[in-house]
Amino acid sequence: MSEHGAHSSKHTLIALVENKPGVLNRVASLFRRRNFNVDSLTVGRTHKPHISRMTIVVDTQRTSARIVAANLKKLINIIDVNIVSEHPHVSRDLALIKVRTDDVDSRNAVTEVCDRYPARIVDIGTKVAIVEITAQEDIVESLIEDLRPIGIVELVRTGVVAMGRGIRIMDTDYEPPVRVAAQNGLERYGV
Amino acid sequence: MMLTGAEIIIECLIREGVKVVFGYPGGAILPTYDAFYKYRNQVHHVLVRHEQGASHMADGFARATGQVGVCIATSGPGATNLVTGLATAMMDSSPIVAITGQVPRAAIGSDAFQETDVTGVTLPVTKHNYLVTDIHELAYVIKEAFYIARSGRPGPVLIDVPKDIQNEKMDFVYPEEPVRLPGYNPPAGATEQDVQDALELINNAKKPIILAGHGVMMSGAMQQLRELAERAGIPVTLTLLGKGAMPEDHPLTVGMMGMHGAAACNYAIQEADLLIALGMRFDDRVTGNLKTYSPNSKKIHVDIDPSEINKNVKVEVGIAGDLRTVLSQVLPGVKSNSHPQWVGQIRDWLEDGNERDILNNYTGTKLLGAQVINDLWRYTGGEAITVTDVGQHQMLEAQYYPHRRPSTMLTSGGLGTMGFGFPAAIGAKFGMPHEEVWAIVGDGGFQMTMCELATAVQENVNINIAVLNNAYLGMVRQWQEFFYDERYQSTPMVNPDFVKLAEAFGIPAMRVTSRDQMAESVAFARNHQGPVLIEYVIEKEEIVYPMVPAGADLHNMIRRPKPGEKEGATA
Ligand SMILES: Cc1ncc(C[n+]2csc(CCOP(=O)(O)OP(=O)(O)O)c2C)c(N)n1
Ligand SMILES: [Mg+2]
Repeated sequence: MSEHGAHSSKHTLIALVENKPGVLNRVASLFRRRNFNVDSLTVGRTHKPHISRMTIVVDTQRTSARIVAANLKKLINIIDVNIVSEHPHVSRDLALIKVRTDDVDSRNAVTEVCDRYPARIVDIGTKVAIVEITAQEDIVESLIEDLRPIGIVELVRTGVVAMGRGIRIMDTDYEPPVRVAAQNGLERYGV
Repeated sequence: MMLTGAEIIIECLIREGVKVVFGYPGGAILPTYDAFYKYRNQVHHVLVRHEQGASHMADGFARATGQVGVCIATSGPGATNLVTGLATAMMDSSPIVAITGQVPRAAIGSDAFQETDVTGVTLPVTKHNYLVTDIHELAYVIKEAFYIARSGRPGPVLIDVPKDIQNEKMDFVYPEEPVRLPGYNPPAGATEQDVQDALELINNAKKPIILAGHGVMMSGAMQQLRELAERAGIPVTLTLLGKGAMPEDHPLTVGMMGMHGAAACNYAIQEADLLIALGMRFDDRVTGNLKTYSPNSKKIHVDIDPSEINKNVKVEVGIAGDLRTVLSQVLPGVKSNSHPQWVGQIRDWLEDGNERDILNNYTGTKLLGAQVINDLWRYTGGEAITVTDVGQHQMLEAQYYPHRRPSTMLTSGGLGTMGFGFPAAIGAKFGMPHEEVWAIVGDGGFQMTMCELATAVQENVNINIAVLNNAYLGMVRQWQEFFYDERYQSTPMVNPDFVKLAEAFGIPAMRVTSRDQMAESVAFARNHQGPVLIEYVIEKEEIVYPMVPAGADLHNMIRRPKPGEKEGATA
């Protein structure tokens, strides 16, 4: 089921969090304090302005994904947590890889490697090119290994984002409350 | 009604039922102190002598009453002085709300005078914290803070309020609607499957034992615990913070477990075929080496905090829920039973412990810490609220002062905070003014927060302070004796004259050097309204037995030799 393969000790968790300042700090602090091993953590907005979504890949050799999830749930600003890797899911990592292209051989090699992957060359010059790939983490990793001999000079990855397949929907019906006592200040919240 | 942020803070405290707060003023919190002046007939402010004291007082108040304790401090150093108390409350799940002043919003981030990132500093030692950035949020935040502090697994919550918000005015209406937090749903009860699984184990166990912790009292499950134990004939062992969960004179209560617990309890845990862990969290001080912990037992664990289940000890049945609710669900299916052989075995182990007990063998003339505690128990009828500090005297209190009632033994267990005992006792007395309260402290820990003697005098707090003076950081000395070849580095202390010290504060004091003064000392303490200090000059090199060395197997305790046996024998 897991896209990480049977022997992997990695798990992917999704957290829906209140879009408030400091929430990322609370999550980071939790992981450091509990000595959980984080592979990657991404955070971004959702289709609801008051909800952000985190995808967290953890190494669960020492701590089970359930313990990690239970600890995340304890944070007041975290609305829901789901171990997405326990069920069929789609996961994607995006990488920009800058490689050397300062001779014919390297230029040909880059094009040839990219043809074997869902990757694109998004910038190319006489010295370097930027390769972009959006794929499952292991495919991204494999591309990086194939480009390495040619000469990687810079690399950036977004970290994994993931979503459960099918009708398993990770959402919340939470709406921020309209606060009676705060009526005078409502305009500050855009209400 | 037009109110300032400062007035709103106090209006909200009053709505929460707060009658007393412990605090210390300073620039960034001054507007709120001015509001305390206005509301002085409704909320009593206790001026402490160090903010750490305020946090421990709020904690002691909370532990004694089960209600939220409140402490307050200014920005920067005032707030950082609260940190030890917050961490102490966090580890022992004690509900307190701390309010701190912060520099004005416009100055935040500029390294302004007395600016500290207090929400950043306290993030890992609070259940939750807030930096208020809008006066319209203030009342909601305070309401949420109290709710979070006391519900679920209780804990400390801090609210940082910039000074300009305290000064700002708004047309205030108290938010009557209940708190609704999307990400906060403390678990309620057990599923039917959980109940069946637990019953299967409980009804078929041959050598079961109940491990009762602090959660029993937090959830108010004393009656249910007792019913379970009595109906199924299961012996009960207590954690340090679980003292009071079950009357210690009950025939099924077999004593405290863990590092300095009764050897019988530790043997029983190792031998058991079923552990029923209720509102406790398998701290390393009660499990010893996890690899060899209770190897032959199935385990049921009930705790309000889902992240505690399977954290340290893997269990067959883990139930995240409120203990009283869960036990009420389980009880109807519990079969009437008894385990005479198993309980008899534990009684034999207890008898062996009695034969080793120093109280039964001592022939020396010096006053022992164990004797002091046992006599305090005797002369207070075992009915006092005792608040201990941390060290040998703490473990002696746990061993020699059996408690009958819940929440009458208050101690810093999880963090082991020296300096906790005396201020926490002041807080407890404010919460329980009709109870007899004794602070039982060591000479070391007392000196960490003894500045609160002035607070006790200013407020005329009617508490008794028992200082067990062994002129050592006794517990550390014990480790040095056992594990560092008696190299007593930095543990002997040259102490002040505690009697004169107390008298300098205007506190009646007495020095006790022999056991025949014990009754008199308790009478002396009881005869004075207001704080009283009694210094018990005790044997310097007493040892607290038994002891499970850190990380050792739970059954590998260093035992006190029986009369005639060689020193240092382990069993
Ligand atoms: C704040 C703090 N610092 C250090 C320790 C480590 N420590 C644990 S017990 C102890 C000795 C306590 O001595 P004392 O208060 O005299 O009590 P005794 O053990 O002699 O009864 C020390 C230093 C601690 N628990 N807390
Ligand atoms: Mg001492």
